Amino acid sequence: MSEQSKMAGRQSVIFQNPPCILGRSSVAGQKEGNGPLGSFFDYIEEDPYFGADTWEEAESNMQRKAAELALKNADCKPQDIRYLVAGDLLGQLIATSFGIMELKIPMFGIYGACSTMGEAMSLASMLVDGGFANRVLALTSSHFCGAEKQFRFPLQYGNQRPLAATWTVTGSGAVVIGKKPDNSEGSVLIKGVTTGKIVDFGVKDSMNMGACMAPAAADVIYRNLRDFDRSPSYYDKIITGDLGYIGQNILFDILKEKGYDISEQHMDCGIEIFNDETQDTHSGGSGCGCSAITLTGYILEKMYQKEWNRVLFVPTGALLSPVSFNEGDSVPGIAHAVILETEG
Amino acid sequence: MAEKVTMQEILSEEDPKKRNEKYNNYVDNVTPKHSWFVNLFWAFVIGGAICTLGQALINLYRYLGAGKEDAILYQIITLVALSVIFTGLNLYPKLAKAGGAGTVVPITGFANSVAATAIEFQQEGQVFGIGCKIFTIAGPVILYGIFSSWIVGFIYWIYTLYV
Repeated sequence: MSEQSKMAGRQSVIFQNPPCILGRSSVAGQKEGNGPLGSFFDYIEEDPYFGADTWEEAESNMQRKAAELALKNADCKPQDIRYLVAGDLLGQLIATSFGIMELKIPMFGIYGACSTMGEAMSLASMLVDGGFANRVLALTSSHFCGAEKQFRFPLQYGNQRPLAATWTVTGSGAVVIGKKPDNSEGSVLIKGVTTGKIVDFGVKDSMNMGACMAPAAADVIYRNLRDFDRSPSYYDKIITGDLGYIGQNILFDILKEKGYDISEQHMDCGIEIFNDETQDTHSGGSGCGCSAITLTGYILEKMYQKEWNRVLFVPTGALLSPVSFNEGDSVPGIAHAVILETEG
Repeated sequence: MAEKVTMQEILSEEDPKKRNEKYNNYVDNVTPKHSWFVNLFWAFVIGGAICTLGQALINLYRYLGAGKEDAILYQIITLVALSVIFTGLNLYPKLAKAGGAGTVVPITGFANSVAATAIEFQQEGQVFGIGCKIFTIAGPVILYGIFSSWIVGFIYWIYTLYV
């Protein structure tokens, strides 16, 4: 085997044997099912508790369901999976640990706030291309009620949500990433990744997460274009996680200033997943589940249908906790970019 | 309204502190806000309606024969009970979405903040859930309410010593 470097530019990786997406699943809540992308999801649960007694357990059930569906879609059993890379928003990743415990797969728990899907897919692809695993399951989840309880107010508490606020998506998305099969025509490969830095522009308003995360998204997209020496038009779509309407405009502004206009290619999962006018979600959707189920339900479907052949998938995360917020810290952002391309 | 800052000024600013300040100004400019006039109007209407209901209840209890002090007490109990029922039926948040401070300031807002927390945290048990967390939102009101009335009482006491 050659010793050719897999490193590209300053922050990117280019895979020598690009891993392939072998299976996918999207589990969504009722509100998401009623949204514009509702028909793309594999499974929509009407019961917000997912058959459990608590919000935390509900999210675990949702994640287990997503894992099972992805394994089924990839036509494999838990023992065929070498590693699991997963995380969620709840403290100490309890939705993940209680959700996938039964699968008995060696696992890496990760926290990337709402960028977790990008982080999980980056690490899973590295594991596969590095020869450390044949198949890896990458998944994440978020639940509106669990997130509200942890980060904001009790559900029945009466208050006004600011217009800049986003609505945490109830959903869980999973992908099985593995070695490219012999007949890979029509499949989607992960060609490379760009890992984001923590970027902090000093915004302290946790109800305006788009503004907190936009500089991080701009940074990683800029880095990706520079590291691979590409123009935005190389991609059919550049898709951010949950910047919402406000964050999207800021992203355009920053990148324009840096010499790139991505307004033609750009799409934001948070904007796509809800209809603000009828669903009263304000700036858009957010949460780990937002980018995850938009990817596994909608984006990959578009790629399999060859409507889009090259996609830069950039989930975005806001790195805050209720403690850091109370102690007066700002809300730094992070984003991870994954290059998806169709084969053949 | 803050002065309009361009993205160029933000990105070319080398001092991170000043850059953050400029970015915050910029964000302020591009973030839509609720119309204060609409908020004010609905707070007035809904908050006013709650208070009118309170007055109507006092009149009712007076009419039924209660003394002035007792009628006020019964009125408070009734409003709190109504607020808790509305909270349980998930109707109070809908009222608050339009009413804003009009639903927060009256006693019904206080009752809502206690009932909502109790519902949310009952899953964590009677002691560590409801017991520890029921005043998460209302706690500051109780603490600083008692504290400020203590200060006022103290000032009043000093005043009585010399007058």
